[in-house]
Amino acid sequence: MNRRSSLAKWLVVLGVLHGVVACAGFFAPYDPTAQDRKSPYLPPMRVHLVDTQGHFHMRPFVYSPRLREGTFDQYEDDSMEPHPVTFFPSGASYRLLGFLPCRRHFFGADNARIYLLGTDAYGRDQFSRFLLGGQVSLLAGLLGAGLTLLIGLGIGAAAGYYGGWRDSLLMRLAELFLALPWLYLLFALRAFLPLAVSPLQAFFLVIAVIGIVGWARPARLVRGVVLSAKERDYVRAARGFGASPGYLLRHHILPETYSVLLTQAAILIPQYVLAEMTLSFLGLGVPEPVPTWGNLLASLQHYSVLVSYWWMYLPALLMVPFFLGYLGLASSLQAREEAYKIEGWSPGSLT
Amino acid sequence: MRYLLRRLGHAIFLLIGVSILAFLFTTLAPGNYFDEMRLNPRIAPETVAALRAQYQLDRPLPLRYASWVNSVLHGEMGFSFAYNSPVAPLLLSRARNTLLLTVTATLLAWGIALPLGVWSADRLGRLPDAILSWGTAVLLVIPDLALALGLLVLAVRTGWFPTGGMTSVDFETLSPVNKFRDLALHMTLPVAALVLSALPLLIRHVRAAVADVLDAPFLLAAQGHGIPKHRLLYRYALPAAANPLISLFGFSIGALLSGSLLIEVVMSWPGIGPLLLEAILARDFYVVIGGVVFSTLFLVSGNFLADKLLYWTDPLIRTESSGG
Repeated sequence: MNRRSSLAKWLVVLGVLHGVVACAGFFAPYDPTAQDRKSPYLPPMRVHLVDTQGHFHMRPFVYSPRLREGTFDQYEDDSMEPHPVTFFPSGASYRLLGFLPCRRHFFGADNARIYLLGTDAYGRDQFSRFLLGGQVSLLAGLLGAGLTLLIGLGIGAAAGYYGGWRDSLLMRLAELFLALPWLYLLFALRAFLPLAVSPLQAFFLVIAVIGIVGWARPARLVRGVVLSAKERDYVRAARGFGASPGYLLRHHILPETYSVLLTQAAILIPQYVLAEMTLSFLGLGVPEPVPTWGNLLASLQHYSVLVSYWWMYLPALLMVPFFLGYLGLASSLQAREEAYKIEGWSPGSLT
Repeated sequence: MRYLLRRLGHAIFLLIGVSILAFLFTTLAPGNYFDEMRLNPRIAPETVAALRAQYQLDRPLPLRYASWVNSVLHGEMGFSFAYNSPVAPLLLSRARNTLLLTVTATLLAWGIALPLGVWSADRLGRLPDAILSWGTAVLLVIPDLALALGLLVLAVRTGWFPTGGMTSVDFETLSPVNKFRDLALHMTLPVAALVLSALPLLIRHVRAAVADVLDAPFLLAAQGHGIPKHRLLYRYALPAAANPLISLFGFSIGALLSGSLLIEVVMSWPGIGPLLLEAILARDFYVVIGGVVFSTLFLVSGNFLADKLLYWTDPLIRTESSGG
């Protein structure tokens, strides 16, 4: 009971986080590529409830910043004029969940722009870029993990079911892929693919590269499960009745691999989100102006940004809950597998 | 001995496999280093063709691979178009720096993880163990990239550590003691980032492995003989738990190599990482292949070391191989 509730808890946490990112256009106040050239490198705005005269406001408000005299990147609050935070204002158009055209946003500010995480060099809202970037990075992680599991399932099932020389060949290949430091492998594969491509092409390229590199571990796990499952009595019986290999795999053998695959997915998705971040951070992934979590942090490679504009680091902290969610999910899934093992049923114990 | 020989053969097979794989990828590559020149109207097409011929880019893949193997045997590992020199010397100086980083980080990470893991396993389920579990969980969910950048932000804001490079500008003029100090200061941040990223997994595995053994009857018997706690943990429990940890040791080298690739770039440490990135952007693919093969070599030697340790500590493997 306890185990199931912890699994449910993590699923809810992840569901909420992903829901916010999936509806990023709604929760982000601005278009992620809209530039506000008058306020580059604006620090995060404070949301106030009490103004400088000491009056309490029911509605939270922000002060719009203005350049300090004689500087080009130092701002001070214009405390004369509070701009109340408004909810559900109409703003930049976007497509909710990718298809519903919509102009309504969750929040904004009256007669001013509100920047919760500050702005970057072009005056783009970092908060909007974080949410929209999350869409790209998380989707890349999900699709990459899906691709890996698909390849791993196919190769693992073939190796485990047919055995013999096919098994040895595929498993030697798997060892080869497991032996390499995987970031090097990722780089090597990326190195030989075109560099200057459109953001959409780059997105699918990155997914393909990440997805292909990691197939070896799930393939080995699946092979282990298939090896033990194909010798079960009911599988032998079905084979005796003349079931084809395809039928046996689909109906009797592969369903046993699902719990292993589920756990692998919970481990792989955050790892692949990180891989996408790494590639984009280094300029090998999805390029500007499309935001991703990787190229959001890329500006920190410049010393001047590191010294003067610390808030460019904030997105990195906001990513942590996502990884926490996946870690919790993976460990409760693993605990569930362990529990099955104690009951004498062991998926993947032959690996 | 046969066991070790078999592992050595396995290692060589891996290296050859990796290099063939890397070459296969190059055939998939659209474009090469000289493509930029083709766009330049001031360079005659014949010149580009001649260059391509000179570097054997116009020959079929098996021949290119054969000549690459030949150049490896001559200690050159192909030719870098961008640096206009053989790859091996380029890589060697960089590899030294990468090794310095990863070996230090490996030793440090294990040096911290072993006592902490044993300590935590001994207090399973109690407060110190719970605190440590939370600590490792927190470290586990912070992405490597965020960790490295966070350390950099910290260093910049406090000014305690240099934020890039391997040595100061005036390194050559320093006395040996100061040279060491300078290098150590520059190493602190990258090593800290690597150790912190590797640590949580290591601590968790050490804890699990030792906790597994602690219930064993032989330890209860040893405890009954009045053997002191410390000796019990480190001389009896730890060797019994060593087998999975030694395999993990080999694995951790790979993880640290991958990690150092990113951290070297972030912290501008002159290792293989930045060189590889440059080479990828310039399509200087012999350097890329060299970098990948080199990293595999490190990893394979690390695994071989782990196998040797295993052979040395695990009597089961020793007797199995001498008997068979």
